[in-house]
Amino acid sequence: MADAFVEVDNVDLAYDEVSGNAIEDVSLSMQEHEFIAMVGPSGCGKSTFMKLCSGLRPPNKGHVVVDGREVSGPLKIVGMAFQNATLLPWRTTLDNVLLPLEIVQPYRASFKQKKAEYAERAKALLRSVGLDGYEHRFPWELSGGMQQRASICRALIHEPKLLLLDEPFAALDAFTREELWCVLRDLWMRKRFTVVLVTHDLREATFLADTVYVMSKRPGRILARRVIDIPRPRELEVVYTDRFAEIVLELREHIGRIRKA
Amino acid sequence: MVAIRRRTLERWSPWIVLAAILIIWELICRVFQVSDFIFPAPSAILVSLKQYAGPIAGHAFQTFWTTMAGFTLGVVVGLLLGFLVGSSRLMYTALYPLMVGFNSIPKAAFVPVLVVWFGIGTVPAILTAFVICFFPITVNVATGLATIEPELEDVLRALGANRMDVLLKVGLPRSLPYFFASLKVAITLAFIGSVVSETVAANEGIGYLMMSAGSQMRMPLVFAGLIVISIMAMAMYAVFAFLEKRTTGWATRGMDARA
Repeated sequence: MADAFVEVDNVDLAYDEVSGNAIEDVSLSMQEHEFIAMVGPSGCGKSTFMKLCSGLRPPNKGHVVVDGREVSGPLKIVGMAFQNATLLPWRTTLDNVLLPLEIVQPYRASFKQKKAEYAERAKALLRSVGLDGYEHRFPWELSGGMQQRASICRALIHEPKLLLLDEPFAALDAFTREELWCVLRDLWMRKRFTVVLVTHDLREATFLADTVYVMSKRPGRILARRVIDIPRPRELEVVYTDRFAEIVLELREHIGRIRKA
Repeated sequence: MVAIRRRTLERWSPWIVLAAILIIWELICRVFQVSDFIFPAPSAILVSLKQYAGPIAGHAFQTFWTTMAGFTLGVVVGLLLGFLVGSSRLMYTALYPLMVGFNSIPKAAFVPVLVVWFGIGTVPAILTAFVICFFPITVNVATGLATIEPELEDVLRALGANRMDVLLKVGLPRSLPYFFASLKVAITLAFIGSVVSETVAANEGIGYLMMSAGSQMRMPLVFAGLIVISIMAMAMYAVFAFLEKRTTGWATRGMDARA
C-alpha cells in the first residue's frame, strides 16, 4: 500500500484554554483519491477537523501530514465548500468561480494574461455541473441548489488535491440534495481528488464515501470506522437496497449510543 | 389603466403634498393676517428670493463649496479610519469608544474653539462640516469590513490569501453599499455643520446671510436662505442616492430577488 495522502496522528485541538479540546486524540489516514465522510452529533468537532486538514488551525498536540509534508500553514492544494454557498453577490457566477485563481499561485501571477483561458476552464466546469448558460448571472438570481453547484465549482477551479466539504447539502431540499450527490459523485469519478465530507446525513455519507468515520460528542474522538464496500459506480437506486439500509442502520446505532451516553 | 394611473399618482405624490402645504401656509398667513416679521407667507419669501437673487447666489456658492470641501475631507478621513477600525479587532476595541465619545460632543460647541485656532471665516466652516460628517462614514465602512462571513475568509485563507487580499477582494466591495448609504447621511450633516459655523463665525455664506437678515427683522430673507440650503442638501442627497443605485445595485436587487 502506498503512503497515506493525509495522515492525522494523535491530534488534539483546543480553540482556547477555557472551552477545552474541540477534538481529542484523533488519528486517521487517508489514501490519495479516497472519499471519506465524517459523521457525528452536532458540535462534535467535525468542522474543526476540516480546519486542521486545510492548515487554517495548527494542532495543539500531534501531527497532521498532507501530501508528504507536515502541515504548518494554509495548504493551497485544498478547496473548500460550506453549507452556505458564500458566493460574492457583486460578482457573476463565472467571476465567483474564478476567484481562487486570483489568489492562489501559480495562477495568480498569470491571471491577467491568461484570463480567457481560465474563463474557458471555469465555463467547462460549470457546464459539467449543469450550470450551462448561467455564467453571467449573479448568484442571487440562482436557486439554492444552483448556488451550491457554483460553490463546489469555486472549490475545484484550481484543481485542488484535497476537497473539504462542510455539510454542503444541508440547506437544500431532499430532491435537490440527491441531485447534487450525483453531481459530486460524477465529478469525483472523473477527477479523483481526495475528499473529506462532513455531514449529518448518514445516507449521504454511505452513498458517497469509501470510508465513514463516526465521531463522539465534544471533545470529538473517532469512535468507529466503516468501510463502505458497495461497488462503484453507484447509482442513486442503490440507496433503496437492503445492503445500503443495513450499513445506514449500523451507523445510526453508533450515533444512537453516543446520544444516549 | 388603473394601475398606470396609480403609478403616476405615486410619482407625483411628493409634489402634490408640497403644493398642498404651500397653499395651506399661504392661506393661513393671509386669513389670519400674520405679519411678515413673524412668519412670512410663501409669496413673500418668493419675492425676497427674486429681489436678492444675486447676493443669495453668492452666499449659496460660498456655503456649497465650504460644505463640499468639509465633506470631501470627511470622506477621505472617514474611509481611512473605517478601514483601520474595521480591518483589525485591536483597532476596533482601541478606537471605537473614543470615536463615540468624540461624536457625542455637540459640534456647535466646537465652533468657538475652531474660531480661536483659525479665526472667523471659511476654515472653521469647512472643519465643522468635516467633524460632523466623518463619523457615520467610519462606522459604516467599519461595519461592512467587520462582518465578512468567516467561512468565506476560510475559503480564501486556505488558498494562501493574506489580509490585504481578503480586504480588497471581499471586504471593500462588501462595504460599498454601507459606504454609499453613509454618504447620503454625511452630505446632509455636512451642510448642517457649515451653516452652523457660518451663523456663529463668518461674514459670508447662507448661515451668515440668515443671521444678519434675522437681526434686521427681514424674515422673508431668512426663510429664503432656509429654502436654498434645503434645496442644495436635497440635490446632493439625490446625487449620492443615484450613485449608490448605479454602483451597488447588486445589494438591493439581491433583496428583491429573495423577496
